[in-house]
Amino acid sequence: MVYRFISYIGELSLLGGRTFYWVFVPPFKFNRILTQSKRVGPESFFIASLVAFFIGIIMSLQMAYQMVELSAEIYIPSIVAISITRELAPVLTALIVAGRVGAGMTAELGTMTVTEQVDALKAFAVNPVKYLVVPRFLALVIMLPVLTIFADVIGILGGFVICVYKLFLSPSLYWSMVIQSLTAKDILTGLCKTIVFGAIIALVGCHQGLNVDSGAEGVGKATTQSVVVSFILIIMADCLFTTMFYFIWNI
Amino acid sequence: MIEIVNLNKSFGENVVLKDVNLTIEKGQTKVIIGRSGVGKSVLLKSIIGILIPDSGSIKIDGVEVTDLPEKEYNKIRMKIGMVFQGGALFDSMNVAENVSFVLNEFMKLDKRAVNKKIEESLALVGLQGVEDMMPSELSGGMKKRVSLARVLCMGPEVIFYDEPTTGVDPITADAINSLIVELRNKLDVTSIVVTHDMNSAYKVADKIAMIYSGQVIAEGTPQEIQQATHPVVRQFINGDAKGPITDGEKLVFGHVT
Repeated sequence: MVYRFISYIGELSLLGGRTFYWVFVPPFKFNRILTQSKRVGPESFFIASLVAFFIGIIMSLQMAYQMVELSAEIYIPSIVAISITRELAPVLTALIVAGRVGAGMTAELGTMTVTEQVDALKAFAVNPVKYLVVPRFLALVIMLPVLTIFADVIGILGGFVICVYKLFLSPSLYWSMVIQSLTAKDILTGLCKTIVFGAIIALVGCHQGLNVDSGAEGVGKATTQSVVVSFILIIMADCLFTTMFYFIWNI
Repeated sequence: MIEIVNLNKSFGENVVLKDVNLTIEKGQTKVIIGRSGVGKSVLLKSIIGILIPDSGSIKIDGVEVTDLPEKEYNKIRMKIGMVFQGGALFDSMNVAENVSFVLNEFMKLDKRAVNKKIEESLALVGLQGVEDMMPSELSGGMKKRVSLARVLCMGPEVIFYDEPTTGVDPITADAINSLIVELRNKLDVTSIVVTHDMNSAYKVADKIAMIYSGQVIAEGTPQEIQQATHPVVRQFINGDAKGPITDGEKLVFGHVT
C-alpha cells in the first residue's frame, strides 16, 4: 500500500514535470486553454458559489450558537471571514471542482485512450501531454484561484445574511469587522493553496484518464479513483500547507 | 522501404512478437494476416512508435527508428499515416476539423486552402457534404473513410491500415479495398494492411505475411499463400474451426440444440 502510494506520487510527479516542460514549448494554442478555462471557471461558478453561500450561513449559525451565550456575536464576522478565506473557500471549491471537472477530465481522456484517439495523436506526431494535459493544467491552475476569490466574497455574504437578519448586527458593523480582521495574507495563503490544488486535480484527472487500460468499466473505475485520489491529495496538501504556514512562516 | 529485423515485444509475461522479420518494399502493399490478438496491431504501433519494442531493429527509409529521439521520430511520423481500427476520430471535432487536423496543427495554410484540401481528401474516399457532421453521427464505414481522408490530407508516403474492413458491410468493405488499391496505383504509397479478412487480403495485397505465435510463419504473393501447404496457414485461410491453430483450445462447436 505504501509502495503503491509512493509509486503513484512518483508517476504524478513525472507527469507534472513533463507538463511543466511542455507549458513553455511553442506553439502556444491559447484557444485550447480558453476552452478548458470555460469548463473550469464559468461552468463551475454557480455550484461553487452556492456551496460557499451556504457554508457562510452555516458557519455564522454555528458560531452564533456559542457566541450569543458569551455576548460575543460581534466577533462572528471576523471568524467567518478568516475561516472562509484561509480554509473553507479554497478547500471546498477545490473539492467541488475535483468532483465536477477532474472526474470529467478522467472520463474524457479515458474514453479517448480506449478508442485509440490518444494513439492517433501520437501517430500524427502530436504529444498527448502538450495537447491534452497542458491546457487542462493551466486552466485549473488559473481558474481555481479565480473561483476561490468569488467563493470568498459569496461565503462572507452568506455570513452577512445571518449576522444582519438573524443576529441584528448593522450591515456597516458587519463589513467593518470583516475588513478590520482580514489581512492580505489571509486571502493570499488561501489562494496560494488553490494553485497547488488546481495542479493536483489536473494531474490526477489526466493521469487516471491516460492510464485507462480497458473499456467502459476501466473508464468508470478510473473516474471514481480520480475523485477519491484528488480528494485525499487535496486534504493532505492542505494539511501540509497549513502546518507550514503556521509553524515555519508563522502566518 | 521498411525493414524489421528480430523485433520482440512482450506485455509482462505475454510474449506478443518474437523475432519478427519483415521487409516492405517502397510502393508495395503488404498484408499481415493472423488471428485476433496475435500482435498484428502491436507490430504497426511499434513501427510508428506508439509502442516501444523490447528489442530488434526497425528501419524506415534506412533510418533506424527504435532509438531515435522523439523530435526526429516525429519527422518520420509525418510521412506515415495510420487508419485505426475504429477510426479513432477525435469526437470533440467535426469531420472537417478531423480531416484537417494535421494541417491545422503543423501547417500555416489559409482557410481557403485548408477547405480545398478537406474537400479533395473527402472526395478521394467518396464522401461529400459530411464536413459539418460529428463522428457520432457517422456509420462505421463512414468513420473509416473519414479516418482515411484525415490520413490522405497529410500527403503520406506510407499508410498503415489496422483492420480496415472489420465491422463494415461487404459492399462497404469492397469499396474500402478498391480504395486501398486505387491509392497505391494513383499515389504510389507504401501500405501495410493488418486484417483477418482473407477476401480483403487477396484483393489488396502485393505480398501477404502471416503471423502466428508471435512469428512470421509464411510470406508470399496472394497466389503463393493460397497454395501454401503449411497446416496453420491452410486452416487460417480456409477459416476452419478445427486444425492446428485451435488444437490447444477447448472450443465446443456444433452443440447447439
